[in-house]
Amino acid sequence: MTRIERLLHDGLLMAAADPAKATKTAVIVEGQAHTYAELMHEALRLAAAMRERGIGRGDRVAIYMDNTWPCVVSVFAVLIAGGVFLIVNPQTKADKLAFILDDSGALLLMSDGHLAKEFQSALAQMKRPPAVICSGALGAEVEAEPFDAVLAGSAPSAPNPATIPPDLAALIYTSGSTGNPKGVMQTHQAMVFTAGSLIEYLRLDASDRILCALPLAFDYGLYQLLMSVRLGATLVLERSFTFPAQVFARMLETGVTVFPGVPTIFAMLLSAHGRSPLSFPAVTRVTNTAAALPDEFATRLREVFPNALIYKMYGLTECKRVSYLEPELIDAKPGSVGKAIPGTEVFVLAPEGNEVAAGETGILHVRGPHVMVGYWNRPDLSAQMLKPGRLPGERVLCTHDHFRMDAEGFLYFVGRTDDIIKTRGEKVSPAEVENVIHRIAGVREVAVVGVADELLGQAIRAFVVLDAGVAMSERQIRAECAARLENFMMPRDIVLCVDLPKTATGKVSKKALLENPPV
Amino acid sequence: MSSNASQIRAGIRSYILENLLFTSNGAELADDASLLDRGIVDSTGVLEIVLYLEEHFAIKVKDSDMLPENFDSVDNMVRFVERTRAAQ
Repeated sequence: MTRIERLLHDGLLMAAADPAKATKTAVIVEGQAHTYAELMHEALRLAAAMRERGIGRGDRVAIYMDNTWPCVVSVFAVLIAGGVFLIVNPQTKADKLAFILDDSGALLLMSDGHLAKEFQSALAQMKRPPAVICSGALGAEVEAEPFDAVLAGSAPSAPNPATIPPDLAALIYTSGSTGNPKGVMQTHQAMVFTAGSLIEYLRLDASDRILCALPLAFDYGLYQLLMSVRLGATLVLERSFTFPAQVFARMLETGVTVFPGVPTIFAMLLSAHGRSPLSFPAVTRVTNTAAALPDEFATRLREVFPNALIYKMYGLTECKRVSYLEPELIDAKPGSVGKAIPGTEVFVLAPEGNEVAAGETGILHVRGPHVMVGYWNRPDLSAQMLKPGRLPGERVLCTHDHFRMDAEGFLYFVGRTDDIIKTRGEKVSPAEVENVIHRIAGVREVAVVGVADELLGQAIRAFVVLDAGVAMSERQIRAECAARLENFMMPRDIVLCVDLPKTATGKVSKKALLENPPV
Repeated sequence: MSSNASQIRAGIRSYILENLLFTSNGAELADDASLLDRGIVDSTGVLEIVLYLEEHFAIKVKDSDMLPENFDSVDNMVRFVERTRAAQ
């Protein structure tokens, strides 16, 4: 029977059914290889266990795990069971985890034993906490079913036959300027389309070995897995870039051909290269997104990756990826993030809705099958991003980012219209950091801004005003932040000051803070 | 500068408590706990620890030394510093 690829897990079913691919390595996790047959078998068993525990079509399952094998199995198990997965960054602290679990209405939480302290504290805050399946070592106090025992006690069963392509496959949580994260709704058909579009322009095939040291909670990391499985290629999954030497050794050992990074990773890599030369001749594609790759990086990256095409890309979670620059044009089009990805289009509009002339700045809009359905439970915020298109009922994505397009159609990023900070390639909402600091007793006012930083892109700086008579150290504020914020959201600088500059309407003026910092 | 294993341990512990955990409560940090598992270090955190070790214990840390077996717990760091100093 000819199988047509419609659903996000179809690629796995096809690879596992193909005798040439079933025994091939699907994923190498921290050096341990797993075949497609193994991934399929474990995902089918876990999916059956999920269905026995009440997970059906459209039900959300939260995956709060590191980049591990159980995490990979869980992603496909949720899809096979007919559910919707959401991956939560393992750096997330209890309060925010509780918010995401509550907001998504997840019925089941997949996690790791070493995260028990945070997730138990999150569950304790919830009225209707989800059930928990947990991998790794579990203390006696942890109320969860062990991952291995659940798998062992379950027989594989067929995928949920009810799922159709417009069903949701994933919620991808992203920071918003209002402070709380929002779940971007993506359907099977959108994600199948997008993975295919990316594979096409990145010129990937089944022989590729794709590195993923980015968190799978980040759509950039997640799509490395989705593309790799779709192709029947091999994913080399690392926990993080915390120990670069380990990642580099694994790249050489496994023959990685695709290296996805963000500018902070490339800055660390180039700095290591400066101390002791690095060379990865097997890598044939290097990709950058999340923040602009400085032009001089591209030049120096060619020393480290002498045989690689270098891709500059731009995107936002709401449509995964917007544009890419053909790598052959990297010298001809400095500063550009290229053109729309295959199968999509972009236009730059004036506030009045008309297209601006070539070279003029406007707001970038995106049209294509990759655009989100909206934000989960947030029709108000969805309406700000999704605007009526040319066809009846159609929605196009308004990125709210300023761009210009040259006469040949190449895009140039000009700036954001919100105050989101981009640090280490991650989006940080100043409001989210401000909310955490504001909750500390004795803090009267706080304002958080991004300041330029060579390694991080932007570093986070918090200006804090204390109540009269309160003595509080910078360390106390840091301790509160560390207990509630992911590492990348931690302020690099905390500036205690007596007052914050205000606008005529009494709001804190971030412009004045940046131009004329108080003391 | 010469310091023995217990001084090295005390120095590393107080650096991590002060700069990464923001506390003086030593009970917050078990010497054998994985700093990665606990979310205490990330890539910039490791670089800060390396700078501290280089400055305070007069050692040179090579990029190729920056591995979990050398840096993922207090115990591992103490062993790494001792080994590196013995080899210098």
